[in-house]
Amino acid sequence: MTTEEILSVTGILLDYLIPTLKVFGFTLLFSIPMGMIAAMLKMCRFKPISWLTNVYILIMRGTPLMLQVIAVYYIIPYLKLAEGLPAPLASVLAGIDIRSENYMFYAVIAAFSLNYAAYFAEIFRGGIESIPKGQYEAAAALGFTPVQTFFRIILPQVIKRIVPASSNEVITLVKDTSIANVVAYAEITLKARQQMQVYSSLTPLIIAGVFYFVLATVLTFLFSLIEKKLSYYR
Amino acid sequence: MSMLEIKNISKSFGKFEVLKDISFSVEKGQAVSVIGPSGSGKSTLLRIVNQLEKADGGSVSICGTPMITVDENGKSVYADPKTLREARLKIGLVFQNFNLFPHFSVLRNITEAPVCVLGMDKKEAEQKAMELLEKMGLAAKANEYPCNLSGGQQQRVSIARALALNPAMLFFDEPTSALDPELTGEILKVIRGLADEQMTMVIVTHEMAFAREVSDRVIFMDKGVIIENGTPEEVFEKSENERTRQFLQRYNNS
Ligand SMILES: Nc1ncnc2c1ncn2[C@@H]1O[C@H](COP(=O)(O)OP(=O)(O)OP(=O)(O)O)[C@@H](O)[C@H]1O
Ligand SMILES: [Mg+2]
Repeated sequence: MTTEEILSVTGILLDYLIPTLKVFGFTLLFSIPMGMIAAMLKMCRFKPISWLTNVYILIMRGTPLMLQVIAVYYIIPYLKLAEGLPAPLASVLAGIDIRSENYMFYAVIAAFSLNYAAYFAEIFRGGIESIPKGQYEAAAALGFTPVQTFFRIILPQVIKRIVPASSNEVITLVKDTSIANVVAYAEITLKARQQMQVYSSLTPLIIAGVFYFVLATVLTFLFSLIEKKLSYYR
Repeated sequence: MSMLEIKNISKSFGKFEVLKDISFSVEKGQAVSVIGPSGSGKSTLLRIVNQLEKADGGSVSICGTPMITVDENGKSVYADPKTLREARLKIGLVFQNFNLFPHFSVLRNITEAPVCVLGMDKKEAEQKAMELLEKMGLAAKANEYPCNLSGGQQQRVSIARALALNPAMLFFDEPTSALDPELTGEILKVIRGLADEQMTMVIVTHEMAFAREVSDRVIFMDKGVIIENGTPEEVFEKSENERTRQFLQRYNNS
């Protein structure tokens, strides 16, 4: 490929950085709070809830994200085929165009958030359970309420402990956004494949690789800064 | 009025009876040592009074206010949350493992509870914390984090932290057991100082010589019952009880 062609492909891929970052950002936005909720539910003393949450986590972590994205994407088309649906539901389904960019985006975000929430849930739970019982007891003996204890004593220590594991997840997520291309969601990897065919060259894939590499490296650097900032105590 | 009055306390973990019919009281200004073999229920007793564990039966009053009363069957009935909260604040608890908050500086470890729990002004709390640190010989460490202190220093901070809430009495659960022998002395010195100031204290300890020297009364517990409750002289020298003598014998030989 000529320099000009490389620049043109880079320009095209740069445009599709936005959808890639949208998947990344919205997945984090939803999966982190969902992960917190799932962590709480798994630690719930009412066993059926804890057990069900665990089943969810096991499935999400035990099957490929790509499979989950495809499954979520095809829920609506297969529902449309089902017979005997109540009329209001059927008409809502009929109004959904699964080829639309919006529908693809929602399906991808739903699948990614459900999947990442399961990983975050385990990280959060591990972090909360790693705080020694003595911290709760000392706080209780000093008269802190349970809410004060959680937010002032426990949570800050949990955050420090989960930063390394969370940073791994976040960096993996940047690269996993490429999985969205299986349902034809237009992001960097999908566009790179198209350009590869246009030019019969691997170069577009290499350019896409550089994009991911830069994003992952920037995130690695940011997280190491956060870790450093939190290293004032052990 | 007793500072602490415990009557017929019983507690089981599952089928295992850890405390059986424990009764004693602590008067203002007294230092009471609780000694006894491992597993005899000493910590559980302190933890019940601090509401970290629930009693099955029996009652507890703190500074004349009932914290736990009994129903007609002798089962423990807890007071309302407000009373329980006030009762808890009358007691400062010092743990074997210090349990300082690692993410707070030494100063903040001491000021956090007065500010958040008592609503004390931050400046005032800091001033008070500095006075306490001064007294503990740790004024220079105010801005350090607990991980940079020795065990003995951490324990002194935890004593200051407990004192910052102006408790009516202090409980110590084996305050020197996690420390190297050469650091034990500095903690015992602090407790001795508090005894000289007539601080009301209950001290669970394996330091027999110290218990004997500093306490007004010594309680010997074994298998969940109080075997002895008397002056150090009565317990350490004059006891006729077989179990007491055996226990003390073991300490004299080690
Ligand atoms: N939460 C719990 N669940 C079950 N058993 C417990 C619990 N806490 C304490 N025990 C048991 O109760 C008994 C008394 O424990 P406790 O800690 O009160 O003894 P102790 O006199 O303080 O001993 P030590 O000198 O070793 O600290 C022990 O046999 C212990 O195993
Ligand atoms: Mg104990």
